[in-house]
Amino acid sequence: MAQVSSIAEEQASTPLSSSKSITLRISRYNPKHDDSSVFMEFTVPYQKWTTVLEAILDVKKHFDHSVAVRYSCRQATCGSCGMMINGKPKLACFTKISELNSDVITVEPMSNFPIIRDLAVKFERMFETHHKIKPYLIRDDTELESDAKEFLQSPKEVEQYIQFANCIKCGLCNSACPTMATDSSFVGPQALAQAYRYVADSRDKGKDSRLKMIDEPHGIWRCHFAGSCSQVCPKGVDPAMGIQLLRGYLLGFRS
Amino acid sequence: MTKDEHKEGIGGMANPRRYGIERVAYLLMRLSGLGLLAYFVAHIYETSNILRGQVGWDELLEMTSTTEGHIILSIVIGMCVFHTVNGIRVMLGHGGVGVGKPARPDYPYEPASQNYRHKIGIYSAIVLAAFAMMYGLAVLFGE
Ligand code: SF4
Ligand code: FES
Repeated sequence: MAQVSSIAEEQASTPLSSSKSITLRISRYNPKHDDSSVFMEFTVPYQKWTTVLEAILDVKKHFDHSVAVRYSCRQATCGSCGMMINGKPKLACFTKISELNSDVITVEPMSNFPIIRDLAVKFERMFETHHKIKPYLIRDDTELESDAKEFLQSPKEVEQYIQFANCIKCGLCNSACPTMATDSSFVGPQALAQAYRYVADSRDKGKDSRLKMIDEPHGIWRCHFAGSCSQVCPKGVDPAMGIQLLRGYLLGFRS
Repeated sequence: MTKDEHKEGIGGMANPRRYGIERVAYLLMRLSGLGLLAYFVAHIYETSNILRGQVGWDELLEMTSTTEGHIILSIVIGMCVFHTVNGIRVMLGHGGVGVGKPARPDYPYEPASQNYRHKIGIYSAIVLAAFAMMYGLAVLFGE
């Protein structure tokens, strides 16, 4: 059963010239001793600019400090605060309450990631797959051994991969992906987009080894171009584009 | 799928309401694929009845000549057309065709791969499938 609480208005961090408030439903679950999650409800005042993260922090500060949530930068840069907000994966620090057009906001831990507690999820598997695709430049010569101090690139060459270098490893794409929803071994859009980021980098020479790595049953072929990853990505990475371009190499459309 | 992994499961995979028409197309593609596979198996069974001679064959044809049979065949026609047209769109997309070009992303970060060309492809597949179904119904019931 949901527990309902409201923050004493004079205590909220949101200036209370605001007459607007929402009901914030927070999923509470500790896998160590709970059988299932329960929702706790809080009435939280908000302004036009109040983010979902700020509302959660208000709850932590003024009502229940045990709510587990992970965050750091509060500006869509660290990738820590992904969660399901009204059923879709979003960054809590990058989602304003006013843009949700709802009097009730439900926050839950991101789908397709194991839960640590409440809203915090484990990223280990995503970091593992990210690491597996070798997210660094592969070359025989290195800057240290080479006479050249840097590897020059034209603006056009930079454009080939720069949007994919925007990835903040927030995991929203993996959470929205329909294949990730059922296949625990799928590489996932985050890692595949990063594979493309390095394959498309004119300085990199590791294309063949990366393509080999993703050309397996739970690799790139499990992507069916549903595009949900790109729709939720908060940094314009567009993983779906990267994955299709990457597949183009394997299908012989690109070289 | 274990609870520990907190996966959305088939319910999440098959939910078409959250991520636009692309996700609807994804679901229809999967359903029509399964439907066509089922039809394919049934079709092999059906045509293999010819081994029972003229009588067995006629008996089976009668089964498909009922109202239910006509409706099922029309659905098969719709699935076939949707799967073909949307399949061509997806195959082109898989080769990197029509998914946009990488560029410096600018806020509000509209994903180039989710563009109008693909949306038109999806709506065309749905409309063509609907027309084909209606044509099929008209022919089958107009016999
Ligand atoms: S591709 Fe986008 S959604 Fe996926 S982890 Fe990177 S920034 Fe997040
Ligand atoms: S707190 Fe860093 S991305 Fe939200």
